[in-house]
Amino acid sequence: MYVAVKGGERAIENAHAWLAEERRGDTAIAELGTAQIREQLSLAVNRVMAEGSLYDPDLAALAIKQARGDLIEAIFLIRAYRTTLPRFGASLPVETGAMACDRRISATFKDLPGGQILGPTFDYTHRLLDFKLAADGEVPEAPSREAATGPVPHVTGFLNREGLIEEAPLDNTPPPDLTREPLEMPANRALRLQALTRADEGFTLGLAYSTQRGYGRNHAFVGELRIGSVPVEMEIPELGFAIEIGEVTLTECETVNQFTGSKTEPPQFTRGYGLVFGQTERKAISMALVDRALRWEELGEDNVGAPAQDAEFVLYHADNIQATGFLEHIKLPHYVDFQSELELVRKLRREATAEQMREAAE
Amino acid sequence: MKDALQEDTPRKAWMSLLAKAPEGRAAALLDAAMTRPAFTWLRAPEIGSTMVRARAGATGAPFNLGEMTVTRCALTLATGEVGHAYIQGRRKADAQAAALIDALMQTAMADRLRGSVLNALSREMEAAKAARAAKAAATKVDFFTLARGED
Repeated sequence: MYVAVKGGERAIENAHAWLAEERRGDTAIAELGTAQIREQLSLAVNRVMAEGSLYDPDLAALAIKQARGDLIEAIFLIRAYRTTLPRFGASLPVETGAMACDRRISATFKDLPGGQILGPTFDYTHRLLDFKLAADGEVPEAPSREAATGPVPHVTGFLNREGLIEEAPLDNTPPPDLTREPLEMPANRALRLQALTRADEGFTLGLAYSTQRGYGRNHAFVGELRIGSVPVEMEIPELGFAIEIGEVTLTECETVNQFTGSKTEPPQFTRGYGLVFGQTERKAISMALVDRALRWEELGEDNVGAPAQDAEFVLYHADNIQATGFLEHIKLPHYVDFQSELELVRKLRREATAEQMREAAE
Repeated sequence: MKDALQEDTPRKAWMSLLAKAPEGRAAALLDAAMTRPAFTWLRAPEIGSTMVRARAGATGAPFNLGEMTVTRCALTLATGEVGHAYIQGRRKADAQAAALIDALMQTAMADRLRGSVLNALSREMEAAKAARAAKAAATKVDFFTLARGED
């Protein structure tokens, strides 16, 4: 049975008007500009770009303002906007080895060529509230030092020279695209990486943490973590050559994982890979750990039944827009569904009562 | 619409520079250098996206990382030169300026624009990059040995 009802229009309009008013808050307080969000809440902007899967800081800032700071709602707005854009093409794969690094650290080598560059990090801060930020104040210019020129080589390259780490051989297979074709199992690594880079940060973090605590342990070291900007190059069909069409800031994490060998692979270090839009370090490390856990099959490891090894479980539950869409739809009217459930429960109770009375009579 | 221009390396360089220029900067430098010539649109400015790709493990098989917004346009000058622009973001005015500069760089105006627009843009963008790199360099760790435990 399907029953169409009307009557909510005025209530909905009024709810939207109140939402707008609540979004603005106390009008005695200056309104927040999207440029302020872009510049001063940049890590929230980065998360919205990463999980919204669209690199555009101004749009992400607007979405955060519209969503009243609810980042999943902001990601939803970005995903919806993204579907309205015509796609001009795909870029050439970005060269993270040529990154202009703001930050570059290795937990496996102290003295690596190019050095340990801390960058603008929260690490080593004392996590004490800074009440100076509650008052207006000028920030002194950060110190500078003469910078070395030239690209900063990847750390895994050093281990490769000794043959102690698995290679990531060059391959030009066109990757599948989950924004064009539904995500289906089995998912190859390219598809898994696409799903993971836009996956919910909290879900990815939880799964990565579960591998560290023993659910599919893979002994990860952060071989290298780097944050910086890379140019994006695209072939322009009407020109017949490639040009740089812009620059994006990325966070890249390469893990080096202990591996005692398997039926198919010699003992060596293996690798997990995380690459995420923006300065998004927690997410990139989490992605690398989960990527490595999902690689159990191609490395000939045992499936110990850990959640992080289950590609279907991970990939079908990692997208916060799909998840929140299905989760939140249950608050929308289900009057008819519920009516039939109600009928069913009443019927079952009638039958149970009748049964009891019959037993009592016997 | 394929262009006949063969020597694409300098063109690739200036188009890449224009795509990465800060908002409004190329247009301001162009307007300071000359009065804009008349043109007709071949493709009016259009906002779309490009799927950014990366490689697994930085060097392996490509995967789709996510999209970025891009504005593109194409125009032709009265003298016939065709200018193209593909630039990051949703910036129609900047795409128009970039396509105009691309077209003008194929005319006798090239030397003037190279000096007053392209070189100026390149200097500004390199200075900004160098300032950032210098701040990063200041956070480089200089390890020193406190004690060695091998007596």
